[in-house]
Amino acid sequence: MSRAATLGRNIGHAFGENRLTLVAVAILLVLLVCAAFGTALAPYDPLMTDSTAKMSPPSGLHLFGTDALGRDILSRVVVAARLDLGMAISAVVLSFVLGLALGAVAGYFGGWADRIIGRLMDTIMAFPLFVLAMGIVAALGNSVLNIILATMIINLPFYCRFARGEVNVRREMGYVEAARMGGNRALPVLVNHIIPNILPAMMVQASLNMGWAILNAAGLSFIGLGVRPPTPEWGIMVSEGASFIISGEWWTFVFPGAALVLAVFCFNLLGDGLRDLLDPRRRV
Amino acid sequence: MAFLWKRLLGTIPSLLGVIVVTFLLSHALPGDPAAYFAGPAANAASIAEVRTKLGLDQPLPVQFLRYVGDLAHGDLGNSLTTGQAVTTDLLQRLPASLELTFYALVFAVALAIPMGVWAATKPDSLVDHLCRASVSVAAAFPTFFVGLLLVYIFYFLLDIAPEPVGRLNEILYTAPPHVTGAYTLDALIAGDFATFRACLAQLVLPAISLGLFALAPIARITRASMLQALGSDFTRTARAGGLPRGKILITYAFRNALLPVSNVLGMVFSFLLGSNVLIEQVYGWQGIGAYAVTAVLASDYAAVQGFVLMMAVLYVLLNLLVDLLGTVIDPRVRFEA
Repeated sequence: MSRAATLGRNIGHAFGENRLTLVAVAILLVLLVCAAFGTALAPYDPLMTDSTAKMSPPSGLHLFGTDALGRDILSRVVVAARLDLGMAISAVVLSFVLGLALGAVAGYFGGWADRIIGRLMDTIMAFPLFVLAMGIVAALGNSVLNIILATMIINLPFYCRFARGEVNVRREMGYVEAARMGGNRALPVLVNHIIPNILPAMMVQASLNMGWAILNAAGLSFIGLGVRPPTPEWGIMVSEGASFIISGEWWTFVFPGAALVLAVFCFNLLGDGLRDLLDPRRRV
Repeated sequence: MAFLWKRLLGTIPSLLGVIVVTFLLSHALPGDPAAYFAGPAANAASIAEVRTKLGLDQPLPVQFLRYVGDLAHGDLGNSLTTGQAVTTDLLQRLPASLELTFYALVFAVALAIPMGVWAATKPDSLVDHLCRASVSVAAAFPTFFVGLLLVYIFYFLLDIAPEPVGRLNEILYTAPPHVTGAYTLDALIAGDFATFRACLAQLVLPAISLGLFALAPIARITRASMLQALGSDFTRTARAGGLPRGKILITYAFRNALLPVSNVLGMVFSFLLGSNVLIEQVYGWQGIGAYAVTAVLASDYAAVQGFVLMMAVLYVLLNLLVDLLGTVIDPRVRFEA
């Protein structure tokens, strides 16, 4: 059977077995469209205040209602997708690349490099991770960039340890030995022969990790770090809406919160689906 | 005993790492740490004063030794916002956070373990699927959002939960006399059952919101390890020997399934301690998390670093406790180590 046909069958299997993956892909597309064209899609300007329509409940005019300043919540939720996904994706990509590099070095060379990198990762893991992220943001300064950096640091050990393990197992394998015999130096062996083989499994890690990165970034902005008002962002919108719960204005926090849940749920499902697709042995 | 000592010594590198990181976070930063510590309202003179007072004009290794020396005396510096020593502030608020975390853990374990066991005894049944689905849905909810939803539903709509005003509605009740600092415990010690009930009522919603997030990993690992234990040879032998179902399930399978469960507790504690901050914020809980949030937003530097350090030390100790628990559950661990 040709490679394309096998891949096609595998994809068909993954989707057929697990319809939820298809749902996740659909949600992901919606989220990405919002992130890419949010400002064009939003019915109103997300920053525009309207003193005649403060705190109006959901209606035909404002599908998700308006907040205390009369801003349209639907528009704010849609536009926020770019910042929320942007923060999480950049953090995950950064920790993916750095974690892969550190893990590969530790796993391939062993010895001192392994011990130092391992100790470094252990130290990160010795903290409750959200607390460490708070400390980092507090120390480096209160900005979106530092939220991304903090999220990157607390995710690093997962990628690094995973890559280390996978590289270490492959180091003595026949094809790697052959590549070394062929006169390749360490770097080409790693980059051309080992890393391509561990990438699929790393991608699954990344997808499963994405939801957590979103939760983490939104949690930091919920407590008032990084993103500042009036910037639309899901975490900060939930926290702004929180003060109106006691008086029953539920729409101010439910819609941005639901957007968060949807995004995290989507990435968790996607990770599960991707794992089924790439690693059929782990199907449970 | 030898194992115990070995494990105790094993925490030293972690603690050392934690101390180095908190030191670096506070002393070796881009910008001027003295300006951070002096606070936003400081002028050049007060910044210079803080610099000499904290020894920030010394080289880093000297500063580090000084930092460790201060720690040995329990000195974490002074908070700008409260004006008190950070250690005093944190110790005052710690029982509130510990109490909340404890109830959240009890809630999560009490629900997740039976769920996991039940799902494992009937794999691929409706119960199993429901259990897995509800667990993955729970994992997608941000803790703070769950907290707010519960307040909206149970306080605003149904009006069965008390107002989320923190540990106790001080207008209606007075706090029990301080013994342990945990209100429910103190109220019991004082024999004041009305206050005990009031404290417990305040605890229910925050503990559930906090515990829900810990539910997923515990239930998932319980299910997986129970499936493995139930499919093993010793369970088959026990079944073939005609032992009663309950005995097979509890004495044979569950006892063996417990070790992986206790191993996942470390990660659960990381979640719980981190999410504590968010839940305290939602419920106006006067714990160290809420204290840290106020401190971060006010650039109260010493307070934040003290909080991070305390949480990390707490986490290292909890992990130690989990490991020791592991040796009680499974004596083999002692020999492997």
